[in-house]
Amino acid sequence: METQLVLEKWAGVISTLTIGADAKEGGTRANTVKIGGQKSLPLLFKEGDIPNPTAIAFEIWDVSPLDWPEELVAAYGKALDNPFDWADKCINEFKAKLLCVRMQGAHPDFGNKGPKEAAEFISILLSRVKVPLIIIGCGDDAKDNQILPACSESARNERCLIGCAVQENYKTLVASIMADGHNIIAESPIDINIAKQLNILISDMGLNLERIAINPTIGALGYGLEYAYSIMERARLAGLSGDKTLASPFICFAGQESWRAKEARISPEQGIIWEIITATSLMQAGADLLILRHPEAAKKVSEHIDILFKNKS
Amino acid sequence: MALSGLDIYKLLPKTNCKQCGFATCLAFAMQLAKKTLTIEKCPFVSPEAKNTLEEQSLPAIKLITLGANQSKFEVGNETVLFRHEEKFRNPAGLGFIIDDSLADIQIKKRIEKIKQFSFERVGQLLEVNLIAVKQNSNTKRFLEASELVLNNTTLPIMLISDDPAALRQAAAVTAARRPLLYCATKDNLNQIAPIAKEFQLPVVVASQDINELAHLTKELSSLGIKDIILDTGVKDIGDKIWDLTQLRRQALKKSNRALGYPSLVIVDKTNPYDEAVEAAACIAKYAGIVLIKGIESWAVLSILTLRQNIYTDPQKPLQIEPKLYPIGKATKESPVLITTNFSLSYYTVLGEVEASKIPSYILSVDTEGMSVLTAWAAEKFNAESITKSLDRCGIKDIVDHKNLIIPGYVAILSGDLEEQSGFKVIVGPKEAAGIPAFLKNLN
Repeated sequence: METQLVLEKWAGVISTLTIGADAKEGGTRANTVKIGGQKSLPLLFKEGDIPNPTAIAFEIWDVSPLDWPEELVAAYGKALDNPFDWADKCINEFKAKLLCVRMQGAHPDFGNKGPKEAAEFISILLSRVKVPLIIIGCGDDAKDNQILPACSESARNERCLIGCAVQENYKTLVASIMADGHNIIAESPIDINIAKQLNILISDMGLNLERIAINPTIGALGYGLEYAYSIMERARLAGLSGDKTLASPFICFAGQESWRAKEARISPEQGIIWEIITATSLMQAGADLLILRHPEAAKKVSEHIDILFKNKS
Repeated sequence: MALSGLDIYKLLPKTNCKQCGFATCLAFAMQLAKKTLTIEKCPFVSPEAKNTLEEQSLPAIKLITLGANQSKFEVGNETVLFRHEEKFRNPAGLGFIIDDSLADIQIKKRIEKIKQFSFERVGQLLEVNLIAVKQNSNTKRFLEASELVLNNTTLPIMLISDDPAALRQAAAVTAARRPLLYCATKDNLNQIAPIAKEFQLPVVVASQDINELAHLTKELSSLGIKDIILDTGVKDIGDKIWDLTQLRRQALKKSNRALGYPSLVIVDKTNPYDEAVEAAACIAKYAGIVLIKGIESWAVLSILTLRQNIYTDPQKPLQIEPKLYPIGKATKESPVLITTNFSLSYYTVLGEVEASKIPSYILSVDTEGMSVLTAWAAEKFNAESITKSLDRCGIKDIVDHKNLIIPGYVAILSGDLEEQSGFKVIVGPKEAAGIPAFLKNLN
């Protein structure tokens, strides 16, 4: 008897989210990046269409990072002193096609920069680099509610991905994003019900579900990776089964989490592999967009993605 | 698919003879369905029915034991495709390939390095499982290398050779340790099967094609060889993930006995980063055994940690012993931080306290493995339980001060805790990441 393959048929499809707008669309980006859109479980290419490879964004800050491990600092050197040099280095030297800028300087403990400065920073960055942008707040809700609308306005029509909206604080950001034509990151604390709820709340305000990326709040390898891994698998199964409120692509801050690990300080290789395995393992659970820090890790993850997607045009 | 009581009833004699101890065949069938007893109790059951029933009581993926001594390990017996459905049961074995073309001294060095791969993480010991000797030279050298491995490690052994005669000799030398044979294919099955049979050894069967793999396992099985491991050969990682997923689905969703065995992957990458990435991908996607060549400690630690994460039981969070842990050179003036005994909470706090370089005490309160907010909601992390832990660890004799730092999320406990413990409560940051800055600004 011949063995019949077990193939799953899915009623749902993960929504496609585009980051960046080129001149035709009223923006000024040289390229755009699409994520999501798959009709299959992660990486099962023979089962359903997976149109977009997992994307990688390099994380940069608007100020010099104070607490980054030595190995990470060494990878960028002097460029860390100036965010624009840092951005250039990512693009020119490390071939970044997408940047994720964290507005850390707005945090009360990191300089407490105001909305005007933030808007100006984004405006200069947009004229300096031509790749699409992801813009992340400083993590202080009150400050983010001031600076993120300013950043959003400053980047109007550039179709950035901006976040993070959380269950207790999403309205201000959603309103700005709708007005300025961006996408939003909806963050939930390793909780599939909150992820769903927040997506509903955001779409109830009028922002299309297709403009949301879920940040499931991951843990690094060895630091709770498996919790987000299973939440992502469950959400992806629900999305593919037809639940549109969970059919969003995932953004995972793999760099941020893995460089907090104790292992990141043991040796350069240990830190780099920690970031790589954190990122590639989450791809198995459905990560669509990885925010990475170390250029060598980004290179290796990118090679892995190329091998996986090489038979795709 | 498990048979229901009624399905089983249809296979029984339906005579209600009561010899099994039950009033009716139906009652007996119900017990069989619950697996509280076996078909042996029925003296009149037909051989065909008995076969069917015995087969359906077997696990969908056969449990295979590798090795023979104290370091043996088990793979297989998996029951789900996604860990949230229940859990993944038997962690994938991680093995290392040693080529017989290496000099004795190099082989010994590699073995020594592999033996040292043992890491403690979150209170668990992470260990490697297997050494595979690969023939690349003549039979004499293969035997020498096999003996070197045999005599220098207690780890389970695997023998890799294209030459059945060499494989037989190496199997004879190492038989007492139950080596895993690699491998039977459509071209050599008739020569490999007798070796597995003669020495009662587990064997890997390999084919690029799943359909052919199923034919080969049936053939082996009909020859009386039951301990089988599947390999679909060297392929791109994308195809490998597909094969591993398909094998798991065949066993679980179609009860395909011919593919109901654990799988093995040989990672064919020379760069240690690439090798670790592919090994980790195969572990996440169902591999029973993963073989690599590299022996970089950092790569091995990352693979083993991923394995630990994937195989953690989602219903049973890892816990640590609830007690007072001094961090660094803690003194009578050192701050005291309170957290739960959920491993992840504790180790996250630990990481940040260590990063702060400020000697401290961490008191891990017994919350039955619940995290801070969950335990607080379940009344396992409150003024009473924290006070009890403080008393039990004798904190009053250990520090001279009267200050406690509690997680920011449970600031609400402050009043009650001060009253009950007699300590002054300082509310710490909500996230562990804030601990270093918090501790630095404490005074």
